[in-house]
Amino acid sequence: MNQKIYFGELKATKGEIHIIRDRCKGCGFCVEYCPKDVLALSDEFNIKGYHPPFVENEDNCVYCQLCENICPEFAIFVTKKEEEDVEKG
Amino acid sequence: MNDEARQKNPIEHLLRMDRIPHIWCPGCGIGTVVTSFAEALRKSNIELDKIAVVSGIGCTGRVAGYIKLDSFHTTHGRAIPFATGLKLANPELKVVVFSGDGDIFGIGGNHFIHAARRNMDLTVICVNNFNYAMTGGQVAATTPTDANASTAPYGNFEQPFSIPYLADAAGASYVARWTALHLRRVTKSIQEGMDKNGFSLIEVITPCVTLYARRNRLGDGLNLLKYYYDKSEIKHGADTRDLDISYQGKLIVGKFIDRERPNFIDAMNQHMSTVLGDDYELYGRINND
Ligand SMILES: Cc1ncc(C[n+]2csc(CCOP(=O)(O)OP(=O)(O)O)c2C)c(N)n1
Ligand code: SF4
Ligand code: SF4
Ligand code: SF4
Ligand SMILES: [Mg+2]
Repeated sequence: MNQKIYFGELKATKGEIHIIRDRCKGCGFCVEYCPKDVLALSDEFNIKGYHPPFVENEDNCVYCQLCENICPEFAIFVTKKEEEDVEKG
Repeated sequence: MNDEARQKNPIEHLLRMDRIPHIWCPGCGIGTVVTSFAEALRKSNIELDKIAVVSGIGCTGRVAGYIKLDSFHTTHGRAIPFATGLKLANPELKVVVFSGDGDIFGIGGNHFIHAARRNMDLTVICVNNFNYAMTGGQVAATTPTDANASTAPYGNFEQPFSIPYLADAAGASYVARWTALHLRRVTKSIQEGMDKNGFSLIEVITPCVTLYARRNRLGDGLNLLKYYYDKSEIKHGADTRDLDISYQGKLIVGKFIDRERPNFIDAMNQHMSTVLGDDYELYGRINND
């Protein structure tokens, strides 16, 4: 789909997600409230025995930072992808 | 994602990372409110070394120990009097009280009403999880009628305080209520409260998963977070007499009070200079004006 049709020359902001797996307590807040279903809880355990989230489809991330703001453990945050990174894929 | 060692959460400079992970249960909402507070600190124009954080005792009372600013963990119920002393001794400080419903409205209730009455320039963030969580889920002054608590095994028959109504009646300059899931609104209210030249109260309705949710069979933290949010209705400027919380009932949230009234120090200066004239030296004006 050609995004230009919808956004003109505007590029959608993209985010890169960082998960500090061993700090997570597996509450699922970020997974549930990500508006783009970017995250899912993994089957693996972290060091504390919880299931941390993993990034299922980073391309859908719109850098809204909701996951970062909702996490009660300070265990997930998002950085803005530079434009070149976005273009490359 | 293998950048755990390299990358840092952008609020880490505001947290005492040597104490993280914190003690709060998985699914507890207190950490989310701390994140919203940290966002407010990041966005605020107030210098960080001019901000102090004071907590009392309780799960929420641990916040002062996790925030990397000048902070103090007082005895139970005494966060507001400690903060009052701090503010009066050093009026340059922005003093934030971050504590629980039991701490602020149970044992500390009297301090709350008098600080609001005097319009002491403090910002009070109260995590209302409807019970005394840290000590085992006892009934609190905020527990909704009919809710179950460890000291109300057949349900609570008392009428709870409506925190915004109490704050309004006592004279607070700024009063807001949100749920923990209203992330950005909580942040904005905390910023507004800190910018207010007077007493501010921000109530944040927050899941306690281990005690309140379990005793009342309300599911996990996520269920409670969602439930509170779905049951909330934003009504800015609502009459504070209409903000009662019934068990699992509707939650009216929003900014209810935002008014101007001389704070304690300003009122003292005004009064004393009228009475004593030039003999009176204005207090707490060293670096202002
Ligand atoms: C003088 C005194 N009385 C009682 C206690 C026991 N105590 C510790 S925390 C607490 C209640 C805390 O409730 P709240 O402020 O709502 O915090 P929460 O744990 O719910 O976040 C009580 C009664 C105490 N520590 N000191
Ligand atoms: S920044 Fe927004 S879109 Fe991206 S993962 Fe987080 S919540 Fe989802
Ligand atoms: S919100 Fe934080 S603690 Fe909860 S699952 Fe996501 S990363 Fe883990
Ligand atoms: S007991 Fe309740 S309030 Fe205390 S940390 Fe656990 S969930 Fe949070
Ligand atoms: Mg409580």
